[in-house]
Amino acid sequence: MILTGAKPGGTLFMRSSAVWVQLLFLAILLTLWYLAANDWNVPALLLPEPTGVFHRAVGLIADGEIVEPLQTTLFEAVTAFLTSAILGIAFGYFLSTSPFMTEVCDPLLTSINAIPAILFLPLFALLFGLGSGSKIALGITVSFFPITLQTLAAFTNVDKVHIRAAQSMGASAGHMIRYVLLPSTLPVIVAGLRMGMVLSFLAIIGGETIASFAGLGHQVAESSQAMDAELMYAWIVIVITVSALLNLGLSQLEKLGVRS
Amino acid sequence: MQSNQPAIQARHLSQEFTQPGSNTPFLALHEASIDIARGELVSLIGPSGCGKSTLLNIMGGLAKPTSGTISIAGKPVTGPSPKEVAFVFQENALFPWNTIIENCDIGMLFQGVPKKERMDRARQSLEAVGLSEFANHYPGQLSGGMRQRAALARALSLETDIILMDEPFGALDEQTRMILGEDLSVLLARTGKTIVFVTHSLGEAVFLSDRVAVFSARPGTIKAIIDIDEPHPRRPDFVTSDKFAGLRNTLYGMLHDEIRKTLSHRVVSNAAADGGRAS
Repeated sequence: MILTGAKPGGTLFMRSSAVWVQLLFLAILLTLWYLAANDWNVPALLLPEPTGVFHRAVGLIADGEIVEPLQTTLFEAVTAFLTSAILGIAFGYFLSTSPFMTEVCDPLLTSINAIPAILFLPLFALLFGLGSGSKIALGITVSFFPITLQTLAAFTNVDKVHIRAAQSMGASAGHMIRYVLLPSTLPVIVAGLRMGMVLSFLAIIGGETIASFAGLGHQVAESSQAMDAELMYAWIVIVITVSALLNLGLSQLEKLGVRS
Repeated sequence: MQSNQPAIQARHLSQEFTQPGSNTPFLALHEASIDIARGELVSLIGPSGCGKSTLLNIMGGLAKPTSGTISIAGKPVTGPSPKEVAFVFQENALFPWNTIIENCDIGMLFQGVPKKERMDRARQSLEAVGLSEFANHYPGQLSGGMRQRAALARALSLETDIILMDEPFGALDEQTRMILGEDLSVLLARTGKTIVFVTHSLGEAVFLSDRVAVFSARPGTIKAIIDIDEPHPRRPDFVTSDKFAGLRNTLYGMLHDEIRKTLSHRVVSNAAADGGRAS
């Protein structure tokens, strides 16, 4: 698609220089970490030396120790995400078909969405145990509302004149979905999906650190309890990397959605 | 089909809406009757909320009248009839996610026209409105005037006998709409299509139309029909002629009282403010 008007990071130059600044920021952070651990006498229990952490992280990957926790967390995240994506899109679309329901539910959902869902973790632990069940329930609770709200917004904001134009040109119901509703709602829905995915991943990791048997968050909590700071930081680095990769993948998906 | 049969025949059309939160139905259109001959351009003009857009939507099958009959080429209208009628809406009815040529293509696609023919027809109609160079641009990259040309090209590519235009130049500046009006007059004289054209502009109505239907407000109905006896295509100097000024003044006189009535009515009744949106 040819760009219409100014978009953030419009020119190639701006985009590439933005990446350089971001990398520079990362480098400064790592340098500060290195200096703090080696030269400024910060105790190793609080802040272990970065090269050691890096080696431990590589070791976890090389030994295959990462596989099981990563599988657990990804399984929970993907299950929660897919469930709330299907439920959220269906429910959001259903609400959008009735102006009355929209009027009733929109503020209701927005306020429910503002409740910190982590409050329900103890309840979910009682209901579904300390395994994956309670994390999936938490992930769904967190991501269902933003996805529903975005879907609702997407469908209620479809321009009526586009629908009338398609009707006047003899569009069938199938045409209407394929050529009008999908292209006009997809960018907004995909933005909601991205938000939901990120939120549910964060909530699941958080849930795992609080009460669990397995998963990346569990490894962080466990190594902290074992007073092995280096290992804890290694797991944190892994969590950050995984969530960065997830985010990157989703933003690619979002670009695809905007283009179609 | 008999050649003397009107292209559009409207008889005693009425349309009532019930506004959300109000118990009394709002009469948007009352007993409107008009015959529109083949190849004729008729403007509908009147104050906001007088039902002129409602009448247009009923003609195009996008709205159902509460009572009365409407037929296109002798057949009663029961829903959108894309084979006979094409619409040009106010601004932004093009799909912003499609290029200009895709926008022209899509209506034909809905009707199952084969791919190759679609492309040929889309190119021809873009050529007719002078937008060939912009076929692969997106609507957002064009000016308002060019977008409305593209919307007209989309309607032309459907090759219908009738085009219904709902304030197609309403959002454009005076100069642009003047030029578009001239081009439209030339184009329509060539294609011989039947056009019904909703407008707020007295000058536009006089310049383009064979006849002007003047609406009264509350209840909205056709108050008078004025003949504009001037051959197509209209020349730019028609605008400066005494005949043009005389016709425009006649229209102004008829409309002025109606608009006053609408405004004072609006002060008295809150419902009228809602009614304006139903036009």
